[in-house]
Amino acid sequence: MTTVKTTINRRSFIKVTSLAGGGMMLSFNWLAGCKPTSQEILALPKEWFELNSYIKIGENGAVTLMSPNPEFGSNVKTSMPMILAEELDIDWKNVRVEQADFFPERFERQFTGGSQAIRQGWKILRTAGATARQMMIRAAAQTWNVPVEEITTEAGTLQHLPSGKKAGYGELASLAATLPVPEEVPLKKVKDFKIIGTSRKNVDGLKIVTGKPMFSLDHTQDGMLVAMIAHPPAFGMKVKSVDDTAARAMPGIKDVFTIKTLADEYERNGFDTTSFTELVVVAGNTTWEVMNAKKALVIEWEKISDSHIVVNGWGGKQTVRIPAGLESTAGHKAQMAEMAKKPGKVLRKDGDPEAAFKRAAKVIERTYSAPYLAHNTMEPVNCFARVTDEHAEIYGPIQAPESIMQTLVARLGMPKEKIHIKLARMGGGFGQRAYGHHMVEAAVISQKLKAPVKLVYTREDDMTYGIYRPTYTATYRAALDEKNQLLAFHVKAGGIPETPIHPNRFPAGAIDHYLAESWSIESNITIGAFRAPRSNFMAGAEQSFLDELAEELGKDPIEFRLELLDRAKTNPVGENNDYDPDRYAGVLKLVREKSKWQEPQPNIHRGVSAYFCHNSYVAEVLDLVIQNKNPVIQKVYAAVDCGIVVNPDAAANMGEGGIVDGIGNALYGEMTFQDGVPQKTNFDTYRMIRQVEAPKSIEIHFVENETDPTGLGEPLFPPVFAALSNALYKATQKRFYEQPFISGLDQGFAD
Amino acid sequence: MAIFNLNVNGKKTQVDLDPATPVLWVLRDHLNLVGTKYGCGIAQCGACTIHLDGVATRSCLLPVAAVGNKAITTIEGLSENGDHPVQKAWLEHDVPQCGYCQAGQIMTAVAFLKNNPHPSDEEIETAMNGNLCRCGTYLRIRAAVKTASKS
Repeated sequence: MTTVKTTINRRSFIKVTSLAGGGMMLSFNWLAGCKPTSQEILALPKEWFELNSYIKIGENGAVTLMSPNPEFGSNVKTSMPMILAEELDIDWKNVRVEQADFFPERFERQFTGGSQAIRQGWKILRTAGATARQMMIRAAAQTWNVPVEEITTEAGTLQHLPSGKKAGYGELASLAATLPVPEEVPLKKVKDFKIIGTSRKNVDGLKIVTGKPMFSLDHTQDGMLVAMIAHPPAFGMKVKSVDDTAARAMPGIKDVFTIKTLADEYERNGFDTTSFTELVVVAGNTTWEVMNAKKALVIEWEKISDSHIVVNGWGGKQTVRIPAGLESTAGHKAQMAEMAKKPGKVLRKDGDPEAAFKRAAKVIERTYSAPYLAHNTMEPVNCFARVTDEHAEIYGPIQAPESIMQTLVARLGMPKEKIHIKLARMGGGFGQRAYGHHMVEAAVISQKLKAPVKLVYTREDDMTYGIYRPTYTATYRAALDEKNQLLAFHVKAGGIPETPIHPNRFPAGAIDHYLAESWSIESNITIGAFRAPRSNFMAGAEQSFLDELAEELGKDPIEFRLELLDRAKTNPVGENNDYDPDRYAGVLKLVREKSKWQEPQPNIHRGVSAYFCHNSYVAEVLDLVIQNKNPVIQKVYAAVDCGIVVNPDAAANMGEGGIVDGIGNALYGEMTFQDGVPQKTNFDTYRMIRQVEAPKSIEIHFVENETDPTGLGEPLFPPVFAALSNALYKATQKRFYEQPFISGLDQGFAD
Repeated sequence: MAIFNLNVNGKKTQVDLDPATPVLWVLRDHLNLVGTKYGCGIAQCGACTIHLDGVATRSCLLPVAAVGNKAITTIEGLSENGDHPVQKAWLEHDVPQCGYCQAGQIMTAVAFLKNNPHPSDEEIETAMNGNLCRCGTYLRIRAAVKTASKS
């Protein structure tokens, strides 16, 4: 049995007495309209006893578990409480789950993104659960006057076998809650898990299928106004003047004004927006009235000048130049082609790649590119805010509340103790909701109007606001010797405005002469994290290139990758290789077995791909057939090594989603610009994958091991780009270098 | 402004508003029935799907003046406790991820199954093709519709 010091989780044991009993500071009636879910077998208790920030136990044995992280669809609101319940040793059917507010004094790391919620929450949640269980045991030992070591627990029941004494947690919770927090507590062995590793339904499933209010866009409050913004129609433009005469005269309109959401000299954090910070606001009674009045605004825009902003993000503090100009996709492509020809910044060099390329018998060079992508979460940007002189309540979709709290403190001029951020369920996040500009906007609007406000973006506002996945280009070169053996490998990748490259990833470490270079181009079009940032492009490029290389070398594509991984394991080149070759090879072997890779079927075109990102390993095989001159994806097999899987069916759901999302973005995803204007504004022009285009079936196999959980929300997404392009090659004998692939499919196929 | 007498989820209700107001916003802003979602406003995503006399209809482009005597059913009116066979199938397959599009998906599926109680896989895919799901739960949606068709 392992034990863990509770100091790693100290803040969750700090009692905040004013909140004990579950009282919330906000004026929201959080449970209004919610019927109990099927999980809630036990009635609400008369009293809750708080064991720590995460756990309250009622006198009748009902348990409330707080889900600390924001929920954007990765199902952390079910899986994080499952981890607590496991170590607490309770019956899942007696659990009620509540979404915690942003409350850093009580909860650790309330951030959902980077596939890190479960990985980083694992030890914290286990410790919280185990500590509460120990406090229950100690309460029983004290009550029965028996040694602590003789007490066992099972499914919310305490037992002392020698004396036959038995009690439910509820009976002893009031005493347990008063006991000192033990310094060290035992954690369960993986083999003893009863909840982790079993599939549990989404705790909010019933609310979702019955249409209960769950999103901030659904929120309403007495006296609440609806606000909409108008942002510049083009990157590189700003507001010059506003004629609001017509808009003000329209029915239901209360006010029209311009706001500045961030001061010019403000030092941005990594999740502050670099998009438009001066916005025209229309506020009124109802969404429809405000929507119409917004159309009646007459705004004159003007070009921006060059400017600089200071960003204190992950790379430390840096000054970023925002160039003036109205950029277009054609210009971007020309600029990227130019940069790709020049030497880049060397990020990693092993051996002597220049000499190896010089003496090569053959050099293969291929260039891959991908466009900007819009996140297009189904729920458009929105946020509720009620800001008074004394207090600010903010309720909206946010992946990174801690970052936006800093911004709110700076912008509202209020201490953080007076700002309360309530975490809304998000109608999708995908990275976009890490950027909480909407929270600042809603707060500033509410402050100005002195009224509760719900800020609503139209779909068009959302799609044209920026924070896009950057556009990228990568050039790969391989040097082959006269025996057709791989001699050297070179990758040079860049983008606007950032490079996608991870220089220490595979195949670095597997090739004697290796060179990785990067470049980037400044832009005023704003970008942000998008499901598996950078990996979402590099996996497709690299794994397509390796496929082509394997063919050139006359090798099976899986065998070729395994050979490279074997080299990286037995005789690694260089240092800092950031992957485990065994786990990498493990998923390739598993997908080879599960897909029956060595038994090809007639008329089924297969592609394989494998990638490591967000601490997890994924290999995928995609099967497609050609029907009526169109590719139809029959099946995708995925082998995943993400350590222990907390909630297998929900994990499979997210994996399926990642695969569907990847296929969709690879085939159709694209944002283009003309003179700074985003050329796609809604789903009539921005093509998203639909039901008939999704694979007919997806089979996900998780590697069973006892490794602590790693990422899952992102890792299945990047490799499918190449599994698809490699299968398309098999079907068409044509390589796909440029996303979206649909642009290369317009001639259709032979059946 | 004009007065409209609506039949929403079996209840008569009266609203006084701009006749051009789409039913989506009547439901969400005036009747506080927020299960019907705003996704695109141009009938491309299906998040706002309701039933008009049992027919799946996009409420974001449907002016309230065009409703007439037709009965409106929203996700809130589908069942008392979430026990409609389609809702049960959705729970059985644990379909939702973020959940935002699912009310629209369910409303489309219910209307479809009423007309075609025993659809083929291909018919299910075609019927559900108008509803976007950004999380990519399409396979589970398909499976849930199939399960519901068997109940």
